[in-house]
Amino acid sequence: MILTINGKEHEVDVDPSTPLLWVIREQCGLTGTKFGCGIGQCGACTVIMEGNAIRSCLTPLHTSIDKEITTIEGIASGTKMHALQKAWIEEQVPQCGYCQSGQLMSALALLTDNPAPNDDDIDNAMSGNICRCGTYSRIRKGIKKAAIELASTPTLKTENHG
Amino acid sequence: MGKWTRRAFITTGVLTGGALVLGVAIRPGNRAGKVAPMISDKGETVMNIWLKIAPDNTITVIVPHAEMGQGTHTTLPMMLADEMDADWKLVHMMEAPGNKEYANYALAKGFILGEKDFPSFLIDTVDGAFLTVTKQMGLQMTGGSSSVRFTGMLAMRIAGAGAKAVLLQAAADKWGVPLEELEAKNSSILHSATNRSEPFINFAQQAVTLSQPAKPKLKRPEEFTIMGTSRQRFDVPQKVDGSANFGIDVTVPNMRYATIKAAPVFGTKLKSIDDGVVANMPGVRKIVKLEDAVAVIADSYWIAKNALDQVKIVFEENGNESIDQNDIYDQYIRDMNTSLSAGKDEKDLALGDVESAFKNPGQTVEAEYRVPYLAHATLEPMNCTAHVTSDSCTLWVGCQNPLGFAMSVAELLDLEIEQVQVNNQYLGGGFGRRFVDDVALQAVRIAKEVDYPVKLIWSREEDIRHDFYREANISRFKASLDNKGKIIAWDNQFLFKHDPEEAPHIPYDVANQSIHYSVSETHVPWGYWRSVDSSMHAFFTESFIDELAHHANVDPFEFRKSQLSNAPRFLDVLEMVAEKANWNTPLPKNWGRGISLHQCFGTIVAQVVEIEMLDEKLKVHRVVCVADPGFAFHPDGFEAQMESGIIYGLTAALYGEITIKQGSVEQSNFHDYQMVRMNESPKIETHIINSGAYPGGAGEPSTPGIAPALTNAIFDATGLRIRELPIKNHSLSLKNEIIG
Repeated sequence: MILTINGKEHEVDVDPSTPLLWVIREQCGLTGTKFGCGIGQCGACTVIMEGNAIRSCLTPLHTSIDKEITTIEGIASGTKMHALQKAWIEEQVPQCGYCQSGQLMSALALLTDNPAPNDDDIDNAMSGNICRCGTYSRIRKGIKKAAIELASTPTLKTENHG
Repeated sequence: MGKWTRRAFITTGVLTGGALVLGVAIRPGNRAGKVAPMISDKGETVMNIWLKIAPDNTITVIVPHAEMGQGTHTTLPMMLADEMDADWKLVHMMEAPGNKEYANYALAKGFILGEKDFPSFLIDTVDGAFLTVTKQMGLQMTGGSSSVRFTGMLAMRIAGAGAKAVLLQAAADKWGVPLEELEAKNSSILHSATNRSEPFINFAQQAVTLSQPAKPKLKRPEEFTIMGTSRQRFDVPQKVDGSANFGIDVTVPNMRYATIKAAPVFGTKLKSIDDGVVANMPGVRKIVKLEDAVAVIADSYWIAKNALDQVKIVFEENGNESIDQNDIYDQYIRDMNTSLSAGKDEKDLALGDVESAFKNPGQTVEAEYRVPYLAHATLEPMNCTAHVTSDSCTLWVGCQNPLGFAMSVAELLDLEIEQVQVNNQYLGGGFGRRFVDDVALQAVRIAKEVDYPVKLIWSREEDIRHDFYREANISRFKASLDNKGKIIAWDNQFLFKHDPEEAPHIPYDVANQSIHYSVSETHVPWGYWRSVDSSMHAFFTESFIDELAHHANVDPFEFRKSQLSNAPRFLDVLEMVAEKANWNTPLPKNWGRGISLHQCFGTIVAQVVEIEMLDEKLKVHRVVCVADPGFAFHPDGFEAQMESGIIYGLTAALYGEITIKQGSVEQSNFHDYQMVRMNESPKIETHIINSGAYPGGAGEPSTPGIAPALTNAIFDATGLRIRELPIKNHSLSLKNEIIG
């Protein structure tokens, strides 16, 4: 089976019912996507599939074939960080950092759908992602900051992700 | 690692009274030579065990603490670099190897001696004594909100200033100019009279041959250029692009994956297994039976997990199978009553004459509070990768005490500590859970059975059910108020005592106090949980103080304020929180406001919480937090820790509850061990008071006060006094409906 992640093809030979999360981490070696709960409760495993934020711990491999998948490793354009990543650094969002890949992927899906989210929009899009270090207020600031940057540089909006 | 408290430390026998200085006379000497092979590459000069200089004049600071989001990998280098007058752009950090030379003697010294001053000729001896003891105890821990206040204050700043002193001396010797005419700036030595300037590295070789002062002159706060500023953390860029390596991300050649199921009832042993279905399953490598658990090693985590789910496992019974949560509370009550009536309670604090004070005329108020067991639920599930050979063991793990882990593993495998290597990784949350070496020892026992490395990953269910829990507890109060609303007597009985020692103590002027406790052992394992005993006692004492204010018919802020005549720092913090939260302005209908004041690991924190009751649903709108840590070395990082601690404590206050049923933990994952999420996360404002007191901690002090501030706010809005956490178990309704 061929799995396409961040535009790169990976040949994988595992049981097709294996959750995408474990294939991404163990077969493809992309460990930025995290295991947190295994039941879709925490959002640490969030990746973007065909433009939607999905929980890769509940998504079987066989439904992921021939789909465009983006992980945290694929959101920058080469060495140029995504506006969300820059905002995350400026606001010093991460603490332990374990949930942040998932947070960033959910935030990316949000800004793709809604370039100027208000607080309720952010609550709705981000409440599936647990942060045990409680960085929520900084995540909120980071999303708003990135939204402003993306609005002022429209080309960034389309070039960075699937 | 065994249970480590200040008391346990003192009773090791080495550090008792005068024997501390006189009885142990091992000087630590200059250990730079010993550690050099571990930490340096060719061409680098190891100035002392905490820093090295490279040929390009960059400085690397060696940090003996784990990074779990608290920022220690940045704040400690800032403290060293500032004292050294280093150019921050040229400073890097490296986590110290899990090695005896990096045992946290500074931390132990801080815990035992605080800021006690010693004459410089004794410093080496005192440090040597502590190094000896901490080496023996395998202490290289990150916890107790201690990195800045002990390692930073007692090691980093001194190492930076000491290195600067010898660099200046080496420059004076080389240039033949008086030492007083030289200054260090931006990683260079300057001599303005002759307009000379050379980088530190040019003097490093000569400087290391000089003896570094044990008590170098340290900067005054007004001289700080790096300390007290908010530098960007070194670890953040790796945490936004997926490249940060946590324990669970480690990949080593030929590695296989394992997962495990331990006896659900704590303390029971494995009886038998039937693995017939899975033994020949593709990808399954080995089924390993441990004394109290079964593990499957496979080609992937998913195969291991599926196989393990199909193994039929029978555990022995040990009598604990019949224990439910209510049995534990019943036992607690029985033991507390028995201990009290037999006069067997341990005295924690005795002031004045409580018995007589209760006989004086006054209003007596009594209340009993309860808190449940709590799990840590770090977002990164427990894991450890181990490779065991006949004469070595290598671990890759994110932990809060790498040296302690290495010592436990050496003991288990009967190896010398030098044969065990612990490669510490980023921690996906610590909160006290990653002090405990249980998972590392499991990984070693499993990897011992095979000749390749094994990465053991726990399921979330295993993580919730096999934690080391913040204990469930009961606290009983009886107090007497005189007719002016002053507290004249305070009696408090509770169970268990760990750290910090002052957790149950109140800052208020109460002349007659009796605080006492007993122990009621259960089969549920105990562990350090963010803020440890303060996580309970702030809720107990600050709720009860609020009840007393209500009985005295005095505003809860004014009530506290009027009884702080002996605690000026507490008073400043309290007054500032009231001012910042506009305590005296009226709130909209159905809103409530609550306040709390508590000291934890040297930092005093006051919080005001504003809530709204929306059709019996609680909405936490805003938390105003004022903290006096003495000095915030990294203000933004300190604020981040206040925010973090508040959300952690809020989760516990609203939802946190581990219950025991038939001897094992009932909860299993985030659906039944619920977390505060973005939509429930309040606005948090933090204000810092740099009072100049000896520095307090950052990682833990804001966790304790959120629960009482919140339940006091609920009382304000509804008239309902919550005496048992979590709040989710109470049906909340509005004031007029409750009080009528």
